[in-house]
Amino acid sequence: MKAIWLRFGALAAAVCTTGAAFAQVEASKSLTAIVQPEPVSLTAALTTAAPTGVVSGSIFDGLVDYGTDLKPIPALAERWEVAPDGLSITFHLRRGVTWHDGKPFTSADVKWTLENVWQKIHPRNQVTFAKVTRVDTPDDWTAILRLSQPSVAILSSVNSNGAQVLPKHLYEGTDILNNPHNNKPIGTGPFVFKEWSRGSHIVLERNPNYWDKTKPYLDRVIFKVIPDAAARSAALEKGEVQYAVFSPVPLRDAERLSKSPNLRVETRGYEWLSPWLFADFNVDRPFLKDVRVRRALAHAIDLSALAKVVWYGFAVPATSPVPSTLPDFHDREAPKYPLDLKRAEALLDEAGLKRKADGTRFALSLDYIPYGDDYKRTGEFIKASLKRVGIDVNVRGQDTAAYTRRVYGDRDFDIAITWFAAFSDPQVGVTRAYWSDSIGKNVPWTNASGYRNPTVDKIIADVQGEPDPAKRIALFKQFQRIVLGDLPTLPLLELKFFTVEAANLRHPITGDQVYGSFRDFTIDARPRSN
Amino acid sequence: MTRDVLRDGALHAARRFGQIVFVVLGIAVVNFFLLRLAPGDAAEVLAGEAGAATPEFMAALRQQFGLDQPVHVQFAKYIGNILTLNLGYSFRQGMPVSWLILDRLPATMLLMGASIGFASILGSALGFLAARHAGRLTDTVVSVVALLFYATPVFWIGVVLIVVFSVWLDWLPVGGMATIEAGYTGIAYAVDVARHLVLPALTLGLFYLAIYTRLMRASMLQVYGEDFIRTAVAKGVSPRNVAARHVLRNALLPVVTMLGMQIGSILGGAILVETVFSWPGLGRLAFESLFQRDLNLLLGILLSSSVLVVLVNIAVDLAYRLLDPRVEIG
Repeated sequence: MKAIWLRFGALAAAVCTTGAAFAQVEASKSLTAIVQPEPVSLTAALTTAAPTGVVSGSIFDGLVDYGTDLKPIPALAERWEVAPDGLSITFHLRRGVTWHDGKPFTSADVKWTLENVWQKIHPRNQVTFAKVTRVDTPDDWTAILRLSQPSVAILSSVNSNGAQVLPKHLYEGTDILNNPHNNKPIGTGPFVFKEWSRGSHIVLERNPNYWDKTKPYLDRVIFKVIPDAAARSAALEKGEVQYAVFSPVPLRDAERLSKSPNLRVETRGYEWLSPWLFADFNVDRPFLKDVRVRRALAHAIDLSALAKVVWYGFAVPATSPVPSTLPDFHDREAPKYPLDLKRAEALLDEAGLKRKADGTRFALSLDYIPYGDDYKRTGEFIKASLKRVGIDVNVRGQDTAAYTRRVYGDRDFDIAITWFAAFSDPQVGVTRAYWSDSIGKNVPWTNASGYRNPTVDKIIADVQGEPDPAKRIALFKQFQRIVLGDLPTLPLLELKFFTVEAANLRHPITGDQVYGSFRDFTIDARPRSN
Repeated sequence: MTRDVLRDGALHAARRFGQIVFVVLGIAVVNFFLLRLAPGDAAEVLAGEAGAATPEFMAALRQQFGLDQPVHVQFAKYIGNILTLNLGYSFRQGMPVSWLILDRLPATMLLMGASIGFASILGSALGFLAARHAGRLTDTVVSVVALLFYATPVFWIGVVLIVVFSVWLDWLPVGGMATIEAGYTGIAYAVDVARHLVLPALTLGLFYLAIYTRLMRASMLQVYGEDFIRTAVAKGVSPRNVAARHVLRNALLPVVTMLGMQIGSILGGAILVETVFSWPGLGRLAFESLFQRDLNLLLGILLSSSVLVVLVNIAVDLAYRLLDPRVEIG
């Protein structure tokens, strides 16, 4: 019903466009964006949750940004060198950068944050920076990372979200996780934190002392918390909001909004995340411990239809846990499981799970991550798919806390659906789903399937210290062939998140735009269009 | 008579105070253990939201939240806090619970006050009208409209109002509580907030309105059947006076009960309406804290709510006594 009414409203909105709202925005050069859900803190160095990163990216600059090709672009670091033996990485920092409180930004901040935050608290970086034994700071603008083993992945995680630098002078000697600046951050970025009204909005203002004197162009950025999806659609249509990331409206609304002359739907800017959706099979369960059953399930699901019907084309079928958006690492030759119901039936028969008199073979449960309707409908799609080969699926819903406890703690599930960000190096975002050391430890987003393979564990350890990019790629390809053969985890889709933004908003797009800053954003003056 | 009521009321309040303490403590204890039945804890939720985690990260979070302590220690701390009127600290939000509640209180009071006020006054008036014209066209129209509002889901009314009045007619804002971009102050700010208040208060109010209308109508019709009304009519009191002085006053009791119940639920807020209209009220805070397993915050809201319910109950009892002197306060 909601959809019908909104469609009705879309027509109306197209007719009486919102000139008034646009005029207001031009006058004050202020941008209103949506952040949803409300962030838990505004410091991405301590919370890697998406909403935190969305706001934090404008307050803190990274050492680098990433282009859409995922190559680093200078930001706080003007240049960097990796020693030929791979055992040291030198960052040359930009001079004349100050924190928002006026104190200079120096290599000491980098050293302190690396040693106390990235290596100790940050959930992803503990692995990424594990090989750093020492940080040398010969002067205020040089930070040299000394490594015990080469660590190629470091250079793909040093943007403002991956490795945010915190001001040492405000954090040193404090209880870092409870530091009051986590919620009113002092950064180096183009916008200064002004106000956070809980449950309502966050206000950032232009940093007048930004190192790039001509920027930022906007005077103010306001992030609004809008919990209801239909209300987000309405706010975007009406022009009250000009920017919203992470697929802010239901997929069925996205196409309609993209036809509005005042709005644009953009799927670029998420390359650094490279999200992949997958199903974990619990290999400790009686039916699923048989690899033939897991392969049969894979053959029974039509991924192209899933991408089109459930995800409205905002996804493409995945053939590997390493998404094709990482072309260097993605393996095209790894085992594939095209839709083949006969093959699926044959594999199930072979496994001794013949159809019973009522036509069914056995029953499985399926739990989906409760991040919205799309995930639930993915579960229902799989239920319908598996029904065709005689498997009954019971789709179960629960809230996030109950889901992670069930899947990563109690391991009380058969099939679990979730998504991971692969990031630009599979070491950061992919291998965690297969590493046996994390099984059943109740740590979310690790190995849920219960898959234990010493060869795979060894590859995962080896890629972390391998300096030769070609050898690393070979290792990752070997990894994909093994895990796609054993199939503890079935990659379903490469998701395409989208941003809805005002058509008169102008900005270049980086590969990590979703976590990037509004530094280069401008709003076109535009006549009222009635 | 009024002085009697007041003296009785004071005695009554003193007696009730002891009961309050027991009731509230009981509620606190039940809540504490009940909420722990939900699977998962705040650290898991945070790690879940973070999209990545390590055992060390989780351990650090649990230690920060005090979740590494045994349950009896956590419980002792909690009771100790309550007895010293301290609602505790929300580690997730990095603020004391009492700040968080006070921060949301104005928005909540505004929304609930506006909608309950609108609903109780207009609803009672409509119910009064319907009862006076029972069985005639006015009654039918009022009853059908009330039934319609009662049966329509609140969020649906909300979305329809947004589409019609915000997107379509462009008269009112889509959501939120103020136009932050404009930076209004003083009277301009008040007008701005009022404009933002219209749709959510109306949405919530229409549902309540239906309840009051139906309640008032039924209650008045019942009183119309009483002997003393027949007597009044027989004495030759005009129908208008019968309705206003004899029927209305006696029919108000259930309406006051309903009013008390709704005021008692103010702190719970109105989750659906607050969500649809991005209204920064307590309902959303409570709802979100449940999903985030932010138990300190949730317990704080529930406890404040229970205190309010008990206090409103006392006020309702006193109001009964004012409306109907025959009611004894026990």
